[in-house]
Amino acid sequence: MIKFFLMVNKQGQTRLAKYYEHVEINKRTVLETEVIKSCLSRSNEQCSFIEFKDFKLICRRYAALLIVVGVNDTENEMAIYEFIHNFVEVLDEYFSRVSELDVSFFKAVSQVFLSTWQSTGVVLIRFYF
Amino acid sequence: MPAVSKGDGMRGLAVFISDIRNCKSKEAEIKRINKELANIRSKFKGDKALDGYSKKKYVCKLLFIFLLGHDIDFGHMEAVNLLSSNKYTEKQIGYLFISVLVNSNSELIRLINNAIKNDLASRNPTFMCLALHCIANVGSREMGEAFAADIPRILVAGDSMDSVKQSAALCLLRLYKASPDLVPMGEWTARVVHLLNDQHMGVVTAAVSLITCLCKKNPDDFKTCISLAVSRLSRIVSSASTDLQDYTYYFVPAPWLSVKLLRLLQCYPPPEDAAVKGRLVECLETVLNKAQEPPKSKKVQHSNAKNAILFETISLIIHYDSEPNLLVRACNQLGQFLQHRETNLRYLALESMCTLASSEFSHEAVKTHIDTVINALKTERDVSVRQRAADLLYAMCDRSNAKQIVSEMLRYLETADYAIREEIVLKVAILAEKYAVDYSWYVDTILNLIRIAGDYVSEEVWYRVLQIVTNRDDVQGYAAKTVFEALQAPACHENMVKVGGYILGEFGNLIAGDPRSSPPVQFSLLHSKFHLCSVATRALLLSTYIKFINLFPETKATIQGVLRAGSQLRNADVELQQRAVEYLTLSSVASTDVLATVLEEMPPFPERESSILAKLKRKKGPGAGSALDDGRRDPSSNDINGGVEPTPSTVSTPSPSADLLGLRAAPPPAAPPATSGAGNLLVDVFSDGPAAQPSLGPTPEEAFLSELEPPAPESPMALLADPAPAADPGPEDIGPPIPEADELLNKFVCKNNGVLFENQLLQIGVKSEFRQNLGRMYLFYGNKTSVQFQNFSPTVVHPGDLQTHILPLAVQTKRVAAQVDGGAQVQQVLNIECLRDFLTPPLLSVRFRYGGAPQSLTLKLPVTINKFFQPTEMAAQDFFQRWKQLSLPQQEAQKIFKANHPMDAEVTKAKLLGFGSALLDNVDPNPENFVGAGIIQTKALQVGCLLRLEPNAQAQMYRLTLRTSKEPVSRHLCELLAQQF
Repeated sequence: MIKFFLMVNKQGQTRLAKYYEHVEINKRTVLETEVIKSCLSRSNEQCSFIEFKDFKLICRRYAALLIVVGVNDTENEMAIYEFIHNFVEVLDEYFSRVSELDVSFFKAVSQVFLSTWQSTGVVLIRFYF
Repeated sequence: MPAVSKGDGMRGLAVFISDIRNCKSKEAEIKRINKELANIRSKFKGDKALDGYSKKKYVCKLLFIFLLGHDIDFGHMEAVNLLSSNKYTEKQIGYLFISVLVNSNSELIRLINNAIKNDLASRNPTFMCLALHCIANVGSREMGEAFAADIPRILVAGDSMDSVKQSAALCLLRLYKASPDLVPMGEWTARVVHLLNDQHMGVVTAAVSLITCLCKKNPDDFKTCISLAVSRLSRIVSSASTDLQDYTYYFVPAPWLSVKLLRLLQCYPPPEDAAVKGRLVECLETVLNKAQEPPKSKKVQHSNAKNAILFETISLIIHYDSEPNLLVRACNQLGQFLQHRETNLRYLALESMCTLASSEFSHEAVKTHIDTVINALKTERDVSVRQRAADLLYAMCDRSNAKQIVSEMLRYLETADYAIREEIVLKVAILAEKYAVDYSWYVDTILNLIRIAGDYVSEEVWYRVLQIVTNRDDVQGYAAKTVFEALQAPACHENMVKVGGYILGEFGNLIAGDPRSSPPVQFSLLHSKFHLCSVATRALLLSTYIKFINLFPETKATIQGVLRAGSQLRNADVELQQRAVEYLTLSSVASTDVLATVLEEMPPFPERESSILAKLKRKKGPGAGSALDDGRRDPSSNDINGGVEPTPSTVSTPSPSADLLGLRAAPPPAAPPATSGAGNLLVDVFSDGPAAQPSLGPTPEEAFLSELEPPAPESPMALLADPAPAADPGPEDIGPPIPEADELLNKFVCKNNGVLFENQLLQIGVKSEFRQNLGRMYLFYGNKTSVQFQNFSPTVVHPGDLQTHILPLAVQTKRVAAQVDGGAQVQQVLNIECLRDFLTPPLLSVRFRYGGAPQSLTLKLPVTINKFFQPTEMAAQDFFQRWKQLSLPQQEAQKIFKANHPMDAEVTKAKLLGFGSALLDNVDPNPENFVGAGIIQTKALQVGCLLRLEPNAQAQMYRLTLRTSKEPVSRHLCELLAQQF
């Protein structure tokens, strides 16, 4: 199951965060800092799956953008890894060329995307709006 | 469908956003925002009614401001108004605002719910979707309460559009996860399963997610999903790469849906239906085959999607663990990935293989990859991959490769990342113990472990090696030699000193013959480490020293010198000080014999599950982070043990150093209360000695023990004194029957009159008669003393009544006089009615005061089921006919037993008649045998009963067979009667 979805820029600022489990606001900041730290420090040779506390982080990098998905044990890592790419492709198509600013600019829209798309961890392949 | 993109017609919004972006400073930004807020406020408050467009624009601006991190305290109402708009974009912004900024303002929630309700009922699919998304996004309990019942209906309605069904499924899933109790299960569940057959892949995907979640709670309700999922999966897997159009991702048909279907199947055991199973196996094989085909695209997305399905297929194969052929194929496939250039694949292959290693079918196949895995452990550049490799090595380890694996892990440990060292240490320790063929290898391994990664060796690990060395004679000499050598290293870890100190203290004598390790050498070697060690270790070493005095009398003077030194006798640490003082006194006061007894070698430890294993299990648990440092750095446990040894309270291993002296095993010679032997012995010895330090009381540990002591012996007493709660029917307490009660009862199975009980004070006589289901019993209580019994009160209670709440017996008693004079007798009459069959007799409890002391006595009243026997005469023919009628196995009870009394035919006959049945002559062909028949009369029913007793005079045995129409009655009668012969 997907626990959260984060979009982070190279400087480590969270651009988009969507939680699928209740996490208190002040704990989110701590969590995000830790997550971002452990993801940004990774090189390309390292694998994209990181064991983090009692769950797993799956991260994928796009130029200046880093996407991290936190999942629990039962999720298929490869499927989520590829789902991240699919999500970026859809954003790309929607915004005609997605950049970090687009994401922050249309944070709210992305929010809707995400929730429509895979509310509680469901992956739909194509958009319908 | 329309969408909001880049201001889309809202020029004001675009201008505002670019203004904000152009702000040079935070202050400028705030200023601009405040200006905008004032503007919006005035617009909302203005007299002129705003049109939908303006409302939308301003709500959008507010939303943007909120997302920039500013508080918004108005505009909610306008957003709610937007919900009732008929324009999609306005409605959408309204929902967006509410999803992001919802608060539990009750007034608003009611309005929002109303708008949602309207949209759900609107039959406009777009509006319905917006409403469903809003419910899912908010997902609060209030929303659940308002809509959880409606959504299943929308989900399975025949006329719902695909997109609505899809959203409804996801929305329901969200609500179910948030508050499962709100989602009613019902007939819709069966129809949800059929969504797996839906034409629309989006609906199928959403439905699979929903079913996977729901079926975890009620697997049986959704069992039909197996065959539907298999056929859906089979259609996807066998479809051409272009068949599914929109749902084909880089030439892979519906990868995420396939993964979800495979995952759903993992909620169930393999399909029982052979056809379904065959089809599924075919699918799994197809996936494995496809992995070998050349890729249809060079793009990484293609292979990633393909591999996602492959890994999920392999987990399903592992989950089933029943197809050896597939398991081995899966293993080979993973073997290929182990050397793949993609790190991600290597990681996942190692992870999957780890679960594969535990299957008996594929364990051997996994083992063939050992070299690759060892290589991965050495060369992988990513710590998480190395960790997976270490896990896999641990999983594939067995007796055949243990030495290789353990030595590789030890080698890896020297360079291992700090994060995983402790886990590797635990794993090495477990493997070494589990697969040790010779224990010298085990000792070497653990000592190496301490040498390489001493800091990561937890208490459990070195406790365990001490336990094993103590329990195994054959390894003690070797262990002593090895630790002695290890201690010679200039810098050795404190854990090594602990193990060394303990082992030399116990078994140092085994290597004392060698001049290189003579007693003085051993002592000075240990003592050279002493000053660098922590208090706990020094305390342990002091115990080693006193053991040395016993083992090697020649070192006594040196050691006494050390103990006497001011740094010990006046040590600031109370534990060290106490040990020094007590050991010094012990060594000078006690004779050699006493010393030898007190300081005897430790007895073997009782065998138990390795505490290391328990620790690893804990580490693997969810709270792994905190489990890392439990106990070991827990200051509170130090306090409890007075700094003797930080024994984690969660660990069951006894602390060897606390017990190092073996004092608890030795009998305390002169200690009056034999509870805390060690303390008392030492204190006794000590009182003869010189100048007692006033500060020395019992150690905190003993104080702790003695505080615990008092309640312990009391509790069993209390249990005995208290009546068992089950036998406590009312205000009068009934104790458990006296031990002889059963024996006394047996005497009355075949007779109705006699003395039931007798002791020095009281005699109880019984006279009784039974007819059909009624009985009358006279009890005679005789006072055998010359003193009056006071408060004399006999009561009858049936213990069965609490369990069944149905009284099998109705017993009427009359009260008797509360005083029974010395030598007098009182009589009590009991009227008994048998309502139904019963197994346990009633209890008779007699209480009285004799000379001021309360007396109580509980007996079993001699009323057994056979008392209600009505003898029945019948001819041989009838008997056999009925005997055959009662031929079900549970109707018969049989017992073969040895005769306890002389086998006299006349006595037997009398007993059988006394038992209550009629004796039938000329029925059994063998005249030695007895055959009887009767009916047990109860108010509720009558139980016909046939019996046959076959004595075997030669073997002094009987065989007793009873047949009745009620199983418990047969057994009970058989048991009762069998005890009579």
